[in-house]
Amino acid sequence: MTLLVLPAVLFILALFVYPFLYGLWLSFRPNGGGGLANYAKFFADPFLYTTITKTLMLAVPVTVLNVVVSIPVALRVRLMRHQRLLTTILVVPITLGTVLVSEGLLTYLGPRGWVNRVLLDLGLIGTPVRLLHNYWGVFLSLVITGFPFTFLLTLSYLTGIDPALENAAAVLGAPARERFKRVLLPLLIPGLTITLALSFVQAFSVFPSAILLGEPAGATRVISIAAYTAAFEQYDYSLASAIAMLMAGIQVIIVLALLAARGLIYSGPAASGKG
Amino acid sequence: MRADRTPGARAWAFAVWVLVAFFVLNLAGMIATVVLDSIGTHWFATWLPAGWTGRWYGMVWNEFQLPPILIVTVEVVAAVILLSGLIGVPAAYAMARRDFPGRRVAMLLFLLPLLVPPITYGIPLATVLYQAHLAGTIWGVILANLVPGVPFVILIMIPFIEQIDPRIEAAARVYGAGMGRLFGQVLVPLLTPGILAALLLVLVRTIAMFELTFLTAGPTSQTLVVALYYAVFAAGVRPQQSIDAMAVVYTVTTMMWLLITLRFVNPTQLVGRARR
Repeated sequence: MTLLVLPAVLFILALFVYPFLYGLWLSFRPNGGGGLANYAKFFADPFLYTTITKTLMLAVPVTVLNVVVSIPVALRVRLMRHQRLLTTILVVPITLGTVLVSEGLLTYLGPRGWVNRVLLDLGLIGTPVRLLHNYWGVFLSLVITGFPFTFLLTLSYLTGIDPALENAAAVLGAPARERFKRVLLPLLIPGLTITLALSFVQAFSVFPSAILLGEPAGATRVISIAAYTAAFEQYDYSLASAIAMLMAGIQVIIVLALLAARGLIYSGPAASGKG
Repeated sequence: MRADRTPGARAWAFAVWVLVAFFVLNLAGMIATVVLDSIGTHWFATWLPAGWTGRWYGMVWNEFQLPPILIVTVEVVAAVILLSGLIGVPAAYAMARRDFPGRRVAMLLFLLPLLVPPITYGIPLATVLYQAHLAGTIWGVILANLVPGVPFVILIMIPFIEQIDPRIEAAARVYGAGMGRLFGQVLVPLLTPGILAALLLVLVRTIAMFELTFLTAGPTSQTLVVALYYAVFAAGVRPQQSIDAMAVVYTVTTMMWLLITLRFVNPTQLVGRARR
């Protein structure tokens, strides 16, 4: 009976764990030079190492914005009767994915798109704002696909908190602000940390929209573009593996830092409510 | 918890609603732009296209070679659903019913492909598939898509299996049902809602899975979303309206299945909440 789990475990070992280990091994087998040549090359070439800061410049502000906005919205939506309608609308951009969102934004945010037309007609701007093929195009696409993701996660953690706790605080006379600060927020912190980590990891691995809406040779040359170019344009799988390992490594470091930060400011059960 | 009625709380609630409305408005505007452009003759410096036409869809059908792309998409999605169900449901059963050494490790193995973004593991995965001469073929695409598909089915199925009374299985065994009959005649009929939900979610996710398919597909194994990417990437070669028509074909395909799926599952399940 237990053996039924074997095909799935073997499959994940063969197609997830093995490729990762193989990639790690391959990254130390450069096409030329010593074992660390790929990593040395990455940190010597500004065209490569700046991809880390460029990706962080996109991922960090977008993640913080999405999480900070998600909390008040989720607090409000949880009291709403027709929640399902809003969650259904918000799941649409997640399902359609970044390629479709990029295609839509290319016209919508374009110089003749509706956004610029509205701003021009309102007299807020004199000439169309440039929102495409730069940092802001990618930023906005990450908000459109990232906010619903962050919001739905936050909402599911928030609805997992027993409403009786907040009711008790209200009965004892705590105003809304105090109820949030002293009751809800501490209970929400574990879930919020996971939301923050998952949202960051998603934003950090931005790929199609950075090419289609951004400036893939300049301001939005993110780390996934560098890894893709190395693998499929230069056919240097060894360097590509090294970049992929760095990408995974940075994600792991940030997630561990978030979890450690949670440990510092919060100690208590790791899961809140209905877990 | 009822909402507060103080003026401050009302103003705050209003601000939150304005924000949500603004987001939904832009989302709707973005999708409407694509749809309108795909049926417009030309659209230049006006609120709406100058005239209406259906010819961009004909162009997509003929010039983008939509029929073979749709066939590949259907083949990939069908194979991923079938295989992830066949591998995932029995594994979920073992995970839900048995406490074996290494169960926590197995759980971690199933969680990781859902938590690590596809582009991060997709590049090493594609490298391995290229060396096995599988990348570029439809089998490479199917295998790559199974990596998040199998764990997804397992994680969705575990709670469904846990809520079945184990005495039902015990009774079936007492009456001499082997593993095959236990699954075929007892478990699968009882689990149909769960299996349906899990497989529909895998379907929607596979249609929309760009990164893994993009990294492993060759010219003859592109799915709809990858073909759309190449069309947008090479914008300028073809009229914008025809790319938008292709985007509409993709949107309609995805939304149709999403709407069916949402009849069976809660929208938050698509996000794949990280259960502990």
